[in-house]
Amino acid sequence: MATLRDVKRKIDAVKKTSQITKAMNMVAAAKLRVAQQNMEKFLPYADKFREVIGRLVAGAEQDGSFELMTPREEVKKIELVLLSADRGLCGSFNNNLLVTGERFMKAKQAEGLEVAVTAAGRKASGYYRVRRYPVREALTGLLNKPNYDDAFNLGRNLVNRFVEGESDEVYLVYSHFISVVKQAPTVIKLLPISPGVDEQAEGTSVDYIYEPSHQELLTDLLPNFVYNQLLSSFYETTVSEHAARMAAMDNATNNCKDLVRSLTLTYNKARQAAITTELMDIVGGAEALR
Amino acid sequence: MAEQIQLEIVTPEKKVLSEPVDIVVAPGEEGEFGVLHNHTPFLAKLKVGELRFRIGGTVRYIAIMGGYAEVLPNKVTVLATAAEEATDIDVIRAKAARERAERRLKEARDRLEFARAEAALQRAIARLKVAEKH
Repeated sequence: MATLRDVKRKIDAVKKTSQITKAMNMVAAAKLRVAQQNMEKFLPYADKFREVIGRLVAGAEQDGSFELMTPREEVKKIELVLLSADRGLCGSFNNNLLVTGERFMKAKQAEGLEVAVTAAGRKASGYYRVRRYPVREALTGLLNKPNYDDAFNLGRNLVNRFVEGESDEVYLVYSHFISVVKQAPTVIKLLPISPGVDEQAEGTSVDYIYEPSHQELLTDLLPNFVYNQLLSSFYETTVSEHAARMAAMDNATNNCKDLVRSLTLTYNKARQAAITTELMDIVGGAEALR
Repeated sequence: MAEQIQLEIVTPEKKVLSEPVDIVVAPGEEGEFGVLHNHTPFLAKLKVGELRFRIGGTVRYIAIMGGYAEVLPNKVTVLATAAEEATDIDVIRAKAARERAERRLKEARDRLEFARAEAALQRAIARLKVAEKH
């Protein structure tokens, strides 16, 4: 049976744990706010970019003259970019991403395709290292502060490998941020690019003068489309990570509270039992003396 | 000439500027071009350089690190990789960056390194040029 002192020690330990999880929850909340603000600052650029490229694509002929937009006739090799956090303690966040990636990989492999992995994030690279699965690139630190240079470097490598025929299709797994309480691991196709032709027809009717030519501009812009998609997925995954950690730590703090409550009950019961036993002894002793 | 045109400069980091201006002069890849109100729709690639615009009697300068400009009759949108207004440029840092780029240019061993150093040097020069005008 747990002695009084054991229970007391356990209560103290749980209380301390709850202090830590509470602090982590607050840190995650602060980081979430900053990450969300950064993401919002990126939006005007992303929206405008999509608008411009949508217009350019609408005016372009789909005759395969843009390599990055042309689906390969025979798809053999696929590259999967897996985004994950560098750190844990954020509930099932990383696991969800990895499972989504794994499922996607299995499905593609069942079709007889070769799947290569690029792991962006410490958790993802660790996962594949343990399983001894060859990883093309293992990157870390992308989500500390998402920035254009990282997106550019990764994007350029992906585009190069695509152009050189090392991959016929490139997919990305990232965490789509829906709300603070909901994040969904999502798979999107990065290459070949299929930018949605601008839905707002108002833009397509404008007749532009292009400098340099339409063809050159679009060729130049297409890789940038990949970089932007990467950057926006970095932002979303970062925000998701902090939101997930916040929720996980909130849960942990609540669990600690429950634990403390039930332990306190045990403690009080044990204390009461000890007092009763002692009383019985005294009463028994007094009775014997009479 | 009361007619003004809306100038908007956005980068992946933030919206740098959104103001009505009298005239914009941007560093197009095939040469500098000026834009006034009622310009014909125009889409251009920008090189690393200086963008200037005038509001009333004051001219302001912004260093643009390459990008694209979309011109509509009443609006100019600049999508820049990075952009800094003259007043925000840290001259000391920019000078250090220029020296670093020059050194790397001399030490460059292959074409990739050379191209990178050259691009860095261009950015530093553009920044300094703009900063001087402040």
